Amino acid sequence: MNSAQLEIQLIASIVAVACAIPGTFLVLRKMAMISDAISHAILPGIVIGFFITQDLNSPVLILLAALTGIITVVLVEYIQKTGLVKEDTAIGLVFPALFSIGVILIAKNANDIHLDVDAVLLGELAFAPFDRLLIGGTDVGPKSLWVVGSILLVTITLLILFFKELKVSTFDKGLAASLGFSPAVIHYGLMSVSSITTVGAFDAVGAILVVALMIAPAASAYLLTTDLKKMLALAISFGIFSAIFGYWVAHWLDASIAGSITTVLGLVFLLVYLFAPTKGIIAVMYREKQQQTEVSLLTFLLHLKNHDEIEERHVNHLYEHINWQKIRAKSVLDLAQKNNMILIENNIVSLTQKGDEFTSKAIDYIMTNEDAQIEDMKADFFLFRG
Amino acid sequence: MIFLLSQKVLDITKYIELVFTDYTLRTITLGTAILGAITGMLGSFAVLRKQSLLGDAISHAALPGIAIAFLITGAKDTNTLLVGALVSGLIGTFWIKSIVTKTHLKSDTALGLILSVFFGFGMLLLTFIQKQPNANQAGLDKYLFGQAATLVESDVWMMAIVTGLCLIVMLTFWKEFKILLFDADYTKTLGFNTRTIDVLITVFIVIAIVLGLQTVGVVLMSAMLLAPAAAARQWTNSLATMVFLAAIFGAFSGVFGTAISASQNNLSTGPVIVLVASVFVGFSFIFSPSRGLLFKQIRVIKNRRDLELHKTLAFMYHIAETHENISHPHTIKILNNFQGYTKNTLSKLVDKGYVELNGKMWSLTQDGFKTASNLYNQQNEINE
Repeated sequence: MNSAQLEIQLIASIVAVACAIPGTFLVLRKMAMISDAISHAILPGIVIGFFITQDLNSPVLILLAALTGIITVVLVEYIQKTGLVKEDTAIGLVFPALFSIGVILIAKNANDIHLDVDAVLLGELAFAPFDRLLIGGTDVGPKSLWVVGSILLVTITLLILFFKELKVSTFDKGLAASLGFSPAVIHYGLMSVSSITTVGAFDAVGAILVVALMIAPAASAYLLTTDLKKMLALAISFGIFSAIFGYWVAHWLDASIAGSITTVLGLVFLLVYLFAPTKGIIAVMYREKQQQTEVSLLTFLLHLKNHDEIEERHVNHLYEHINWQKIRAKSVLDLAQKNNMILIENNIVSLTQKGDEFTSKAIDYIMTNEDAQIEDMKADFFLFRG
Repeated sequence: MIFLLSQKVLDITKYIELVFTDYTLRTITLGTAILGAITGMLGSFAVLRKQSLLGDAISHAALPGIAIAFLITGAKDTNTLLVGALVSGLIGTFWIKSIVTKTHLKSDTALGLILSVFFGFGMLLLTFIQKQPNANQAGLDKYLFGQAATLVESDVWMMAIVTGLCLIVMLTFWKEFKILLFDADYTKTLGFNTRTIDVLITVFIVIAIVLGLQTVGVVLMSAMLLAPAAAARQWTNSLATMVFLAAIFGAFSGVFGTAISASQNNLSTGPVIVLVASVFVGFSFIFSPSRGLLFKQIRVIKNRRDLELHKTLAFMYHIAETHENISHPHTIKILNNFQGYTKNTLSKLVDKGYVELNGKMWSLTQDGFKTASNLYNQQNEINE
């Protein structure tokens, strides 16, 4: 590993962290698509800024482009407020128009501009180490490292200073307003940070992949925890892991670094999506099946309680009466027996005392309470779950 | 000035002549027009179903499909690549749906995630393909921003056939589409299989997007879906009219966009078409008679004036009420402290025949008294 490789990984990791922090809040505030809009819409800002400064890493350009991002947000909100179209349509109308202007500006001035459309979409992370920052003639490192480094520093400072405000306003807007935090200030603060981060990261990973770095780590983290601090920490670690692992995948395939970082982010999300302990798809489907069996069990117990006649309680009769398949009926019977809810004598099913008590309580709950409370009751009575 | 204008007209007639005679220009114009029509048509459903950004996600998600289709077949045949795009677009769409239904992640997160991750994966594959030794790969990146110039007659035929198919299916299932759009629960109770209709609409939206990839590209395709529909929505409240208008707006965006980009160097067609469509949207937002911002503002001002008029009239009514003769004259001075009163409102009331002026005195007419008392009654009724 030479120093250029190390620098690329360092830049990628810093970009990932700088994106993951605002990204977490965007995901929690249901504004993830705003990051997509900003990342596209800053293009004209960047192109115009480039005409003025002739330097992609100049702070003037970053501020100018970030301003375009904020204008986009304001424009989207204005269109939403007119009520002419639905909220998401407003986003979808604004950013393609601005992005088109950017693309046309680049195409019309292809001769005097060292920006091409590929760089816009993918960034030029591989070349980042060659653009050095010289202070008084000494080489202090790649320019983009300084740019994204300072953006990260600002983001972290703001995060620590306003953590409480951000947290309250994200989860309870009304409470935040009544406590005296202006929702508008926090909203536009977050939008500004997102815009600046997007512009800073734009050079490294390009317009669309910034969105991946913002949303994917946060979305993965959200499936694993409901604690904001843990979610931030997880999102940051996913970001760093994908940045470094993605770099080596790109190195091995000899392909785009940004594309491969995104792919790794996607794989991380896929794994979490499948295997997250309580919210992953497998856990959810398992739970759904469990609940299905338990509801069947409850129906079955209610049936037993309502019928004293022997012919109604015969095992074979159950298949016909409640219209269950044999396997389903057997699994329900097994579950009931395992939990000591029923007794089977000569193929006649009867409730045990425990089963009777559970059924009466269940009826009570169903009549009087919300459905959710039945879960606690199940925990009290069940030794084995479906 | 007149000379310049006539020059312009000459240019335009020349261009129109060229559209009919020049093979390339004719193909492109026809292609973009058909594309605009079909995306506008199907986009209406996307917009009304609040799935506007789904188009953005699908078009980005189609990119890896193009790359994989190329990797497997090694051929650059448009149709093969578009089938790949269709498959990966559909995978993306259904993954988004499953994320939203099975986890607590919201739809915006699911959209942004799938959009960026699929696109990133597609870019990884594209850059990987570019580094491969076989030289056949050049030109795959035209799917990023689209290149209308690469359209050939067979592509246009393909678009026309797919558009025809969509039209037939849409007309056959018009009732089902419409009812699902506006009342999904009711549709279910009527015994329609909502899932099938839903999948049908989604598949058609994906097809429309995939068709446009060659012309407009994955990045801007979503605007083609949204903009004509959003513009058409402003002019009508009827679904059939909206779909028809959206198709027209889409087709004109295609034709005008092609014309503008053909008239200049270095102007790619996709972004220009998107900008033209955006202009349609802006125009509709402002000038639509019933919903447009301009007429809405005019109505607001008119309502405010009416309200002021009524306030003055009501105030006069209260004064006149205390007298036996309602037309008993009063001085204008007593109105001065009242906020609804201006010289303007007074003269308007005179114009309407509610009030008579006599020097510095005013008096309510019979007509004015009646109107004002009705006004008062109505207000009381509302308050009750």
